[in-house]
Amino acid sequence: MIGDMAKVKRQNQRWIRFQKNRQLLILTLPAILYLLIFHYVPIGGLVLAFKNYRYDLGIWGSEWVGLQNFKFVFSSAVGRILRNTVIYNLTFLVLATIINTTIALLMNELRNKTAIKIYQTSMFFPYFLSWVVVAFIVYAFLSPGYGWVNQILKAVGLEPKQWYSDASVWPGILIFTYNWKGMGYGIILNYAVLVGIDSEYYDAARVDGAGRWKMALHISIPHLIPVTLIQFILGIGGIFGGDFGLFYQVPRNSALLRPTTEVMNTYIFRSLMDSNEIGRSTAAGFLLGILSVIVVLATNKIVKSIDEDYSLF
Amino acid sequence: MSRKRHNLYRIPIHLFFIILSCSFLIPLLMLLSISFTEEASIYEYGYRLFPRSLSTIAYEFVFRNPQQMVNAYGVTIYITLVGTFLSVLLMLMCAYSLSRKCFAYRKFVSGYLFFTMLFGGGLVPSYILTTQVLHLQDTLLVFILSGLVSAWNIFILRTLISNIPEAIIESAYIDGASEYRIFFSLVIPLSKPGIATIGLFCMVARWNEWMTALLYISKQELYPLQYLLQKILMNLETITNNMNSLPASVLNDFKVPSESVRMAMAVVAIGPMLLVIPFFQRYFVRGLVIGSVKG
Repeated sequence: MIGDMAKVKRQNQRWIRFQKNRQLLILTLPAILYLLIFHYVPIGGLVLAFKNYRYDLGIWGSEWVGLQNFKFVFSSAVGRILRNTVIYNLTFLVLATIINTTIALLMNELRNKTAIKIYQTSMFFPYFLSWVVVAFIVYAFLSPGYGWVNQILKAVGLEPKQWYSDASVWPGILIFTYNWKGMGYGIILNYAVLVGIDSEYYDAARVDGAGRWKMALHISIPHLIPVTLIQFILGIGGIFGGDFGLFYQVPRNSALLRPTTEVMNTYIFRSLMDSNEIGRSTAAGFLLGILSVIVVLATNKIVKSIDEDYSLF
Repeated sequence: MSRKRHNLYRIPIHLFFIILSCSFLIPLLMLLSISFTEEASIYEYGYRLFPRSLSTIAYEFVFRNPQQMVNAYGVTIYITLVGTFLSVLLMLMCAYSLSRKCFAYRKFVSGYLFFTMLFGGGLVPSYILTTQVLHLQDTLLVFILSGLVSAWNIFILRTLISNIPEAIIESAYIDGASEYRIFFSLVIPLSKPGIATIGLFCMVARWNEWMTALLYISKQELYPLQYLLQKILMNLETITNNMNSLPASVLNDFKVPSESVRMAMAVVAIGPMLLVIPFFQRYFVRGLVIGSVKG
């Protein structure tokens, strides 16, 4: 009897709590439903990785094939592509971290507000360009017939190069392009942190006779560490995928350049759209997702064990 | 004396930043100047920063043959406006509830959102869902729905609006206002800076949209601007084919200035973005900073 009473009471409390929060809950409902359909349902769709999907049979009607798709992924060229992707992204991450902090520290030495504003605006604008437009810009430089780079090569008496058919030069081009586009964002972000540092730190250091180097080393750089680490944890989640726009648009989807420009995301896209391998591309995507989660959680844990405040969650 | 010496060391730093800024601006000027170069001059001298002979023929071509361009502009403007409006509204509603400390399901909803940032089904299941189950291919709706809600932006919005004093909201509540009323007549006006920040993020993303079209759109009249550009970059025939739809009299007027036309099209597509950025830069910066510190 008493047990039942307690149960009823608990149910009542739950109901009251629901009533109290009903309106706030309804406000969150559209976002929740959207993510349910377009994010959680596709997670269920990962069963496709274990099936031989046929359009006419649908998801439920298609035949189960166990781990066959995964076996294919492991046995094919995917290993090499995955390795390329990771190397690209690690290079991006490390280079971006070094460039962004160094240039932000330099900018922090400047006092002329107008000049700073002009520098910021000009380095920030590529961030707003789509990869399609960036691909146009790269083409203006590398176009075999009319491009700037070949004109310069000719002017100094060197052979012009067929840039869009020589795969070996593309790692450099892509790394440069990526940094060109994203640099402004990173610099402005770090600079915003530096500007926010309490000037008392610097005043106190100056009183103690510290020079500019000492101040940068002992005040500015330590303040940049949290942002840098959070950027790093966020960046590391995407390390197995690769920026689709960069790798698809900038090499102009050229088949000749695939050996060095193919990353996991373009590979998955092509096996879906060009060769219609639903099961295999789902399996590759599944693998990617799991690897990303593991790496993000691990990195976060490591960062957390060093300093609780620096971790993302 | 000592002040002067203090300032002198900044000169090389300024010099460095001037060169750096040029490395960002020159490529853009390059697109611009190619688009204004006479076609024959491109064939003879290649792309130049300072063209030998100027011409506006590329722009005349782009605007004289407007069907495709106008269509693409229309699609892009539509998805930018409608998409941004809906995104901001839905995300702000959710962010508002999350910002209320008395909201009992706060933890659950946050966790639900957070998980979407950690793990997803990836490209293929979404593709099958969109094309085989929802049949959204070749509709404008697919543009609006893709990327409508992002957990990341909701969290940024929550941080941005959490500085609305709780007391104001409480007092409205005590006066008998419903949560909906509080949201629409109190929270929305008070969170204008937050709306501006996230709104601009969404607008840029929508304006630059091409991936959705690449996956789901095959009808030419539904091409957004960026996708049309991509088609033009990857094969020039897109322009030349389009010429066939022109009356013969126009065709005889000039040969297709294809090299300058494609750059002119790129310029026409970037234009509006470049005008917007300087005015809203500070909103962007604030959003970026909030997104990258623990919140």
